[in-house]
Amino acid sequence: MQPPSEPQTAAVRALSHLELLESRAIYLIREARARLRPLAMLWSVGKDSTVLLWLVRKAFCGHVPFPLVHVDTSYKIPEMIAYRDRLVREWGLELIVAQNRQALAAGMDHTRGRVVCCHALKTEPFKQVVREHGWRGVLLGIRRDEEGTRAKERYFSPRDAEFGWVFREQPPEFWDQFYTDPPPGTHVRVHPLLDWTELDVWEYIERERIPIPELYFARDGRRYRSLGCAPCTGTVASQARTVREIIEELQASRQSERAGRAQDRESEDAFERLRAEGYM
Amino acid sequence: MTDPAATAPQTGPLVGAAPRQAALHPARAGELVRVVVLGHVDHGKSTLLGRLLHDTGNLPEGRLEQIRAVSARRGLDLEWAFALDALQAERDQGITIDAAHVWLRTPARSYAFIDAPGHEEFIRNMISGAARADAALLVVSAPEGIGAQTRQHAYLLRLLGVEQVAVVLTKMDLVDYREEVYRRLGTEIEAYLGALGIAPAGLVPVAAREGTHVVGRQGRGLGWYQGPTVLQLLAGLRPQLAPAAAPLRLPLQDVYRFDERRLLAGRIESGVLRVGDELVFSPWNKVGFVRSIERWGPREQQRPYAVAGESVAITLEQQLYVERGQIASHLVEAPVETDVFEATVFWLGHEPLPVGGELVLRLATQQVQARLAALHRLVDLEQRSERRAEAIGRHQIAEVTIRTRHPIAVDDHRRLPATGRFVLVQDGLIAGGGTVRLGAHPDLRPQLSGLKSTHITRTAGRVSRAERARRTGHYGRVLWFTGLSGAGKSTISIALERRLFDLGYLVYRLDGDNLRHGLSADLGFSVADRRAHVRRVGEVAKLLCDAGLVVIAALISPYAEDREHIRRSLREREFIEIFADCPLEVCEARDAKGLYRAARQGRLHGFTGIDAPYEPPRAPEIVLRTDQLSVEACVERIVEYLRGLEAAEIGR
Repeated sequence: MQPPSEPQTAAVRALSHLELLESRAIYLIREARARLRPLAMLWSVGKDSTVLLWLVRKAFCGHVPFPLVHVDTSYKIPEMIAYRDRLVREWGLELIVAQNRQALAAGMDHTRGRVVCCHALKTEPFKQVVREHGWRGVLLGIRRDEEGTRAKERYFSPRDAEFGWVFREQPPEFWDQFYTDPPPGTHVRVHPLLDWTELDVWEYIERERIPIPELYFARDGRRYRSLGCAPCTGTVASQARTVREIIEELQASRQSERAGRAQDRESEDAFERLRAEGYM
Repeated sequence: MTDPAATAPQTGPLVGAAPRQAALHPARAGELVRVVVLGHVDHGKSTLLGRLLHDTGNLPEGRLEQIRAVSARRGLDLEWAFALDALQAERDQGITIDAAHVWLRTPARSYAFIDAPGHEEFIRNMISGAARADAALLVVSAPEGIGAQTRQHAYLLRLLGVEQVAVVLTKMDLVDYREEVYRRLGTEIEAYLGALGIAPAGLVPVAAREGTHVVGRQGRGLGWYQGPTVLQLLAGLRPQLAPAAAPLRLPLQDVYRFDERRLLAGRIESGVLRVGDELVFSPWNKVGFVRSIERWGPREQQRPYAVAGESVAITLEQQLYVERGQIASHLVEAPVETDVFEATVFWLGHEPLPVGGELVLRLATQQVQARLAALHRLVDLEQRSERRAEAIGRHQIAEVTIRTRHPIAVDDHRRLPATGRFVLVQDGLIAGGGTVRLGAHPDLRPQLSGLKSTHITRTAGRVSRAERARRTGHYGRVLWFTGLSGAGKSTISIALERRLFDLGYLVYRLDGDNLRHGLSADLGFSVADRRAHVRRVGEVAKLLCDAGLVVIAALISPYAEDREHIRRSLREREFIEIFADCPLEVCEARDAKGLYRAARQGRLHGFTGIDAPYEPPRAPEIVLRTDQLSVEACVERIVEYLRGLEAAEIGR
């Protein structure tokens, strides 16, 4: 391999850390579209998948050439839904809302067990909508630094017919060659943000001026660091009222990002079991 | 960024060397270095990393207590590895199954650590983790010494293109901190790496459990070592950026038509691309100029150039038919075009890959059928000696010759890694990888681009095409029949020749089977020979067409690429592709020559439609459903087409 070289011409500037991350994410998004059709994107309305959505628009020069899916548990913080509907309108997006109405009618909520609830209201409707549309690829905004099992994910991660994640049998993935031939009935989850850290996401939001829900900014000394369902998502103490202040606060913090997410803490392997069964 | 100490790994012996200051590398703000941690199973990779995270204050709040609790639940002391082994099975079995990625921030720069599993069973995970690393920490346990996976991992690092390697000798506490162990093992490791062409950037003795020489120097026994700690060593490693000061390579990922623009999308793997550049798209050799680089986003991000590492979408001045897989470059220093090359491959498939084995090869965004044409030797990691074999077993490394069904655009791996390496795909799964070594076979570019040899000058005669047409009353054409054996190509072409002759055409028929008795008498039925045969007939057809004749060629010509090649060598409207479209069952039922029966019985190999592929034309000028139309109807269809063409050309 050649030693890293500065471009010879003075007029040419090497890529910054954020530009490299952006470029790679665009590469992965374009690979997904070239190799996995039909394709869809899961949009949780949080900052990560909104950054992913922004990158999709960059990859296709302003277009979003596949549908977005939002899994609505009905327990989402109301501001999230308002924000979602605003972007759909302003950006002209094709949105499919998935919901497990049957489970909701039967009274499912977090009091039945957080992991049980997550599975019923997130994983199950997600499965249904993927099956219904026969998607071979789904783009997701998960990151390796969020949590230990995600740290071991692939960029192109196969899911079996039951949506199981067989982490013992992950396919090799190197030199930007990916698993892109899922057998019928199975699909591939594509993770263009896998390399990004929470800080990278915020610095990119700042650089690109991406609109994000107000919930991330401090109100009365508290803010959401991660968005989920209202009953299971807590706020953290914070004074950050701007993206810049959030970045500065994160640079000084040693608290885990998912500290506010209750479903991760039910048992040692709660999150791993959720993910093995099809969770994001 | 030009501190030579940071560029070149130290080459002299490290063991016992005078304390060396960790190479200082003025980090760029926000710079990230990816470091893979690898080595034999149980040599302490995860423990080293867990400790490193903790001692640099990079474990999240509460994580240490969590690890303590998880350890206690399993009756263990504080198990640092649990900071990374996130899977339940990993914690229960005390091993790492898949590579975890963790981040470490220091004031100057950040690191992404990839904790690679050491178990041979999980070698694919180690490769997945290591392939994107800028540098490697090779972990060797002092009590155990070099293990099988130490050797394997070091060799794979070379193949994967990771050049910066630092060695960490762990568990020094278990050998009573003896300097003699460090010296002996250090010499051994350096010798092994040296033979692979790796000069380690350092060799640190550590006792990770107590933290000695990870970040700080606490601990009693290792006072004899004055060299850098692991953290100091890390500071000397550099990120490996895609080379901008290298020939341009832009493999196309896709072509978009979302609006009026035709966007060519891809990532620049090396070099710089500017608006106005003239590009050639290999291996089809179309040429066009860059009109614009399209960037969606804030205005300040607009630039008239793009550099290595950047994903771009460009538009061209010309409307070119180019597609995914082709590599755009400048006209000088373009990639080599070939269908055969030497390579070093590692095999991950469960079943051995035999000589002659067929699979799919992917190089950059190209995808092509390929065959293991020859196996020169297996690499023996223990002895580093040569072994001959007929197949590459799981996890073995071999030097081979690879043949692809069509020419592809490639570079030598040593010159341009990103377009000089490939993966091998079997049943949709990546089952191996390899690096390309060029030089043993000729570049096909002169042939493919129609330039032939640079030593032969074309001479132009004084009789023009129009003059010939006035003499004969028509232009030269090639009516090229393609289709399965038994589809009716010969029958129709014989009737067509008679009919056109009667109409006054100067017409001549080239029959594939007949020409095998003369022009191609030296050729057999291997893939290469069949393609050579088609190419020869194509050349003859072209000459006769040039002479003003209407040429009828009837050959199975199964590969679209070969037919396209002939089309490209002729003028527009000179090549008329006629697809004798007939279902295989009908052809097989006809079986006038008894060939299908022979193929089904296994007496005939490589028979098109049975055990050799047929690639139907994508956009033939004429399609004849020969199972539905009579010979006369087919002939009239072609005559009509030809008349229409003449009328159109005269009318122009």
